[in-house]
Amino acid sequence: MPENKNRQFLDFERPIKELFDEIEKLKQIAEKTKLDNSNYIAQLEGQVLEKRREITAALTSWQKVQLSRHPDRPYTLKYIQKITSNFIELHGDRNVKDDKAMVGGFAQIEGETVMMIGQQKGINTKMRQLRNFGMANPEGYRKALRLMKLAEKFNKPIITLIDTPGAYPGLEAEERGQGEAIARNIYEMIRLKVPVICVIIGEGASGGALGIGVGDRVVMLQNTWYTVISPESCSSILWRSWDQKEKAAEQLRLTSDNMLRFGLIDAIVPEPIGGAHWDYTEAADLLKQYLMPTLKELKQQSPEYRKQQRIEKFGKMGFWDEVTVQQQQPNNNI
Amino acid sequence: MKQEEDFDANLAGEDGTEAESKTSWFKRIKKGITTSTADKKETPEGLWTKCPECNYICTVTELRELLFVCPKCNHHHRIGSEEYFDILFDKNYFDILFENIRSKDFLGFTDLKPYSLRLQDSWKKTDITDSIRIGSGKVNALPLVIACMDFEFIGGSLGSVMGERISRAVDHCLEHKTPLMIICKSGGARMMESAFSLMQLAKVSGKLSQLTDACIPYISLLTDPSFGGISASFGMLGDLNIAEPGALIGFAGPRIIKETIKKDLPAGFQRSEFLLEHGFLDFIVDRKEMKEKLTKVLTLFKN
Repeated sequence: MPENKNRQFLDFERPIKELFDEIEKLKQIAEKTKLDNSNYIAQLEGQVLEKRREITAALTSWQKVQLSRHPDRPYTLKYIQKITSNFIELHGDRNVKDDKAMVGGFAQIEGETVMMIGQQKGINTKMRQLRNFGMANPEGYRKALRLMKLAEKFNKPIITLIDTPGAYPGLEAEERGQGEAIARNIYEMIRLKVPVICVIIGEGASGGALGIGVGDRVVMLQNTWYTVISPESCSSILWRSWDQKEKAAEQLRLTSDNMLRFGLIDAIVPEPIGGAHWDYTEAADLLKQYLMPTLKELKQQSPEYRKQQRIEKFGKMGFWDEVTVQQQQPNNNI
Repeated sequence: MKQEEDFDANLAGEDGTEAESKTSWFKRIKKGITTSTADKKETPEGLWTKCPECNYICTVTELRELLFVCPKCNHHHRIGSEEYFDILFDKNYFDILFENIRSKDFLGFTDLKPYSLRLQDSWKKTDITDSIRIGSGKVNALPLVIACMDFEFIGGSLGSVMGERISRAVDHCLEHKTPLMIICKSGGARMMESAFSLMQLAKVSGKLSQLTDACIPYISLLTDPSFGGISASFGMLGDLNIAEPGALIGFAGPRIIKETIKKDLPAGFQRSEFLLEHGFLDFIVDRKEMKEKLTKVLTLFKN
């Protein structure tokens, strides 16, 4: 977790930065003058917490999108490190190469072995490039599927952590069948014999997210988004301009509370006040508090029942009218 | 320079051709001919048609007899469900199923135009009820359910109605032990239905999984164009994946890829032949031979 002085701030987080600056100034004064102003500092630190609460209480959809992309936000490997022990990262799809945008491997949660899989973003410029900004290629999805099949073979539950701005739209990705890779994952995930929990920990964009996002439980962290397209692309397609992303975000109803209301996800996992980037340990603990009882519950169900439930759950999604039309006569006009 | 098509525009309910290319040297400021099309005293509308590939001109009647395939360059013109059903089903005799399922604007989605209005316009403009029609009939006496997309209805976009109609088609196939074929022709997901449209990928894949368990064949026929959520789900999940010649098929649209990699795309990129070469299709089939080949396949599955 970054030190307070190294933190990065989004525009709407500015008031917090101002408080931090003031605290820093007071500390320096205290050091110089040897005067005790710790009371005042403590008071300001209280205000920081209050500010964090205040700011996140009334976020617009677009601001939530920004928060989900916060540069200080914890990524997949951070959650794995905080939640599990004995994590062993496994590499490669056994076909083409190892996709660095998708990570995974066996780990233990409170002594129990699970398969952890997720998209990984980089923590600095160099790493961001290496991780391809969390945009996986087909080999990433095939690696994920290989690991899921491995977990299935040894009857271990699977937890996927989703954080991607989308599957990578590149030339080689198309050559190697980006669509097929995602399609295969969706299809196979529905049929997996072991419990699967999918957690959106940051961005959940379209097929890139769904490619590791089909499970018995699909949940979102509080300040994340999940929908069919990123607000920027949506704006460029439907509004024919890149400037309507705020409007697009609003219209897409992509926030966790909307998704829960629509019945498209099963639960919202709370984040620390102000967002997961304020306290990695707390964020991971909150997620773990959701995972443990859910894993226990799912393990009691039979594989066949779980599969049936998945098909039924996704089968119910969608909205339509059923109108009464005249029974169509068979068309034999030729 | 050949105009590049913009599939995204189709999804936005607009016609998909960009009028001017970015690389054009000259730009026409004044219009050349100012007589509006309506005032022109020409042959009756819809009588003649020009092939977009080779500019061959022939009558629509002639083209219809050729199953909308250009006699000169074998370009497969885009056709709708009506034509496919006509081509494939015996004596054009079939039942249309699940027409009573209609789209609605559950989210109150508004971009430049409210979604509800878009739907109204599409219903008025076309005589089809949504972007997919389910036909149940016989192909050379072999029963088959065909779910065929219509590109003219909001770019053939994948929304809740398409998902539900395919799901029910699967149930119908399970009940009657009939093979299923989906003819794909779509720009991708219907953005106006937001996450609901995304979830149709999982929904349909789940249903297809039931076909697998019941040992019922599923054939995916990809036609021009098949993009986005289509190729990222049932489009690529066929027991057989087949395609018409020269069809554009892919996950990301060519425009997006070009913007991402900042390079020109190689000739033939994302065409059926390219996909066959890279191992994602079982075979490419000419429209003229489609019925015969389909019959062969269905017979092989049967015995």
